[in-house]
Amino acid sequence: MSQNQSEIRYLTPPSVEIKKKKYCRFKKNKIKYVDYKDPEFLKKFLNEQGKILPRRLTGTSLKYQRKVSTAIKRARHIALLPFVTDLLK
Amino acid sequence: MYQYETVFIVTPVLSEAQMKEAVMKFRTLITDEGGSIVHEEDWGLRKLAYPIQKKSTGFYNLVEFKANPEFITKLETEYRRDERVIRFMTLKLDKYAAEYSERKRSKQSAKKVEE
Repeated sequence: MSQNQSEIRYLTPPSVEIKKKKYCRFKKNKIKYVDYKDPEFLKKFLNEQGKILPRRLTGTSLKYQRKVSTAIKRARHIALLPFVTDLLK
Repeated sequence: MYQYETVFIVTPVLSEAQMKEAVMKFRTLITDEGGSIVHEEDWGLRKLAYPIQKKSTGFYNLVEFKANPEFITKLETEYRRDERVIRFMTLKLDKYAAEYSERKRSKQSAKKVEE
């Protein structure tokens, strides 16, 4: 009986998720200052509607998340990034 | 004296010469009030991410300067009075920001030398 159970075969092999460890790109690359004048870089932290992505998705550390969010808000003020849109990217 | 950075957007209805004149006005304002200009950038006519005063483009200008903190309020009132400026922002640069802009500038000058 126990042998039978070990011989269960799946039609489709169950996908084993290998979680990739998230990391803070600022700490890794030793970036000390988040530039608000570079909208292309800041777009990595926005979703399609132009909202700021949470830390749990980007993996940024709290210190730099704060800096990213102020940089994005500054970029929005001088019209480098939109406040609201559809299909950014 | 602190280091500041100011970005302002000039209306696109002006001609090139008129735009230059508006920029000159703010430059002289900074130097007249005892400040010194560290760096200047002209980004040219750029598309805005959203319309400001029903305009979809604007001339971007960036000036990095050293000045006393009292001067900033003067500069900003001058921006508000001037109809040609549709948006402005002034920031104090901390040591990381100053370092960053310094590095960026040296990179750019190195590129120019290569060309």
